[in-house]
Amino acid sequence: MNNLLVANAVSKSYGNFKALNEVSIAVPKGSIFGLLGPNGAGKTTLIRIINQITMPDSGEVLLDGSSLKPENIRDIGYLPEERGLYKSMKVGEQVLYLAQLKGLSKQDAKDRLKYWFDKLEIGDWWNKKIQELSKGQAQKIQFIVTVIHQPKLLIFDEPFSGFDPINASLIKDEIIQLRDEGATVIFSTHRMESVEEMCDHMALIHKSNKILDGRLTDIKRQFKTNTFEVGMQSSNPDEVTQMIKEKFEVFPATFKNLNDDIKMNIKLPKETSSNDLLSFLTSKAEIHHFVEVIPSANDIFIQTVKNN
Amino acid sequence: MNHLPLIIKREYVNKVRNKSFIVMTFLSPIIMIALIGVVAYLSQINNDKKRSISILDETGIVGDVFENTENTTYTLINNAGLDVAKELVKAKENFGLLYIKKSSDTLNLVESVNFYSDESPSVSIISNLERKMEKRLSEIKLQNDGVDIAQIRASKTTVNIAQETFGGEKTSKIDSYLKLAFGGAAGYLLFMFIIIYGNMIMRSVIEEKTSRIIEVIISSVKPIQLMMGKIIGTSLAGITQFLIWIILGGVLLFLVSAIFGIDLMQIQSPQQEMINQAMASSDAQNIAQDLITGFVNLPIINLCIAFLFFFIGGYLLYSSLYAAIGAAVDNETDTQQFMMPIIMPLVLAVYVGVFTVIEDPHGTVSTIFSFIPLTSPVVMLMRIPFGVPIWEQLLSFAILVCTFVFTVWFAAKIYRVGILMYGKKPTYKELFKWLKY
Repeated sequence: MNNLLVANAVSKSYGNFKALNEVSIAVPKGSIFGLLGPNGAGKTTLIRIINQITMPDSGEVLLDGSSLKPENIRDIGYLPEERGLYKSMKVGEQVLYLAQLKGLSKQDAKDRLKYWFDKLEIGDWWNKKIQELSKGQAQKIQFIVTVIHQPKLLIFDEPFSGFDPINASLIKDEIIQLRDEGATVIFSTHRMESVEEMCDHMALIHKSNKILDGRLTDIKRQFKTNTFEVGMQSSNPDEVTQMIKEKFEVFPATFKNLNDDIKMNIKLPKETSSNDLLSFLTSKAEIHHFVEVIPSANDIFIQTVKNN
Repeated sequence: MNHLPLIIKREYVNKVRNKSFIVMTFLSPIIMIALIGVVAYLSQINNDKKRSISILDETGIVGDVFENTENTTYTLINNAGLDVAKELVKAKENFGLLYIKKSSDTLNLVESVNFYSDESPSVSIISNLERKMEKRLSEIKLQNDGVDIAQIRASKTTVNIAQETFGGEKTSKIDSYLKLAFGGAAGYLLFMFIIIYGNMIMRSVIEEKTSRIIEVIISSVKPIQLMMGKIIGTSLAGITQFLIWIILGGVLLFLVSAIFGIDLMQIQSPQQEMINQAMASSDAQNIAQDLITGFVNLPIINLCIAFLFFFIGGYLLYSSLYAAIGAAVDNETDTQQFMMPIIMPLVLAVYVGVFTVIEDPHGTVSTIFSFIPLTSPVVMLMRIPFGVPIWEQLLSFAILVCTFVFTVWFAAKIYRVGILMYGKKPTYKELFKWLKY
């Protein structure tokens, strides 16, 4: 697979505290990669190493196949979790300055800034100071600062915090559009629903170690328990339920359905397939609902962290 | 990618456009000049006040020593008792009455002279009166002992030691004062500059931390670039401010003295008194000549070059420390504990400069302190007008540069780690640990 960013056995210690222990990740080109983990797991340290803010004690980071160089700064756009801009500086000047620091020429920066201001409909903010804007408005500016130099790699640390639902979905659409235009996105977040919604790959870091990574669908397959959610109708529900319970492991299930009938989760042994279950059930009752239970990213996160 | 010019420009523009900076730049000289003007005006009023003092002299031997001056008129009262004289003085609204009582020993008036007035007179008025009487009495005493006053007056001589170095350069007392003034001004300027603009750098680092923009910035530039950009940008803003102060101050001073006709030279500072004393011993032409030769004799080129180098070196040394402090803490109140070690050597340097260099510019203490890097810029600048061998200057500067390189490395380390640390106030031990990150 063609990876844009590869980290090989990256370690970093602060004094006696080991912030990262031989962590390796591979971020495929054009993917949205979820970097997950509880607070203090080491995500920010890894992101800072990718941004060359800190240097790893050992291990290496490759961008596009070659190790990170100072020039790569302009290939990366970073939205830190701790947002901040110069409060007393005017919006336009500020974004121009930050874009120039990323290596854009003044004219290029101006043109792109105009494009983004039009796109997000904030053109009249040019001469406002950051301290005159609301938090959400400042976040929009920060987003523009992150993407203005058209980096190959975008790193968002909790990108939706501080946005109302309307602006959050606006930003989400922008991120997806950027990905479609060829950028690769790394997402660091706690919000599992956005992982579910957007990410195609993920890695889980816990207590300085990477404990899980891969394609989201692969991970889900790995974590699925061969359990099926079933809804049926029968003239004799108690008898049917009893028969199923004798043969399989059964858990209660809740889901919305038109009929007030038998609802249950049925866990199958490894060698039994869904077809076996279906053929067993069709003879007993009328099946309305039959779905494989797929673990959510949230479940996987909690389960993995708890087991470690 | 070198972003240093960009960072310097932003720091400079941002500082210079800042409202409080602009207000301070234009208000400070106005306030200063206004203060000087008020002081000058008041002291002039004070000097212009006319007083008349009446004298009742029962002895008849000292009454005629009091000659009228521009501000004081003396009136002799004859043939009246003390009570009548008092009434008279009150009626005429005179300032006071000097009463010299007739005593058995006319030449010993120690306890028989009184001064009556509504307001208590100033020390200078009283001592002036005393001096005049003392002089007359001692003359009378000498005369009584058969000494010729004219002879004594003729015997008065003034000695003015002409100073010359072995190399043949003529120097004078005025020379020394000139050197003192130059050295002191240079040292003090550096001191002020470090305090004012060092603090400004520190605040600007803290601002970046508290506004949390720092992480965005240092994902684009190296921390050391950011730090140097800040130091240089702020310094340029500082130099701009200083220049405006000097120009504006000069113009205002000229205008004020022209408009109000206040002779600013009349305000006497202690230094001026010293100079006046020095001048008193030689005549006016000599003084002018001495001033010119003194000025010419100053190692001007050496002074300018040394000023430039030591000023920049000393300033960068201190400002990098200020930047490191700013990076280590979260807010200004936490800076106190780290400020002490910076302020101490600075204050020490100024004290050494003021007390030791004046006393003995090439003594052990002054020499040692002009080599210690934290004090050397100030002390050396004060010493140089008195002539310091070039090798000493070079050595001192070399030490300064080495220290500066070390300090910048040290500050950059602290800075690099500190700007991303939030929450708690670090201890010295933790700062030391940061060096190893």
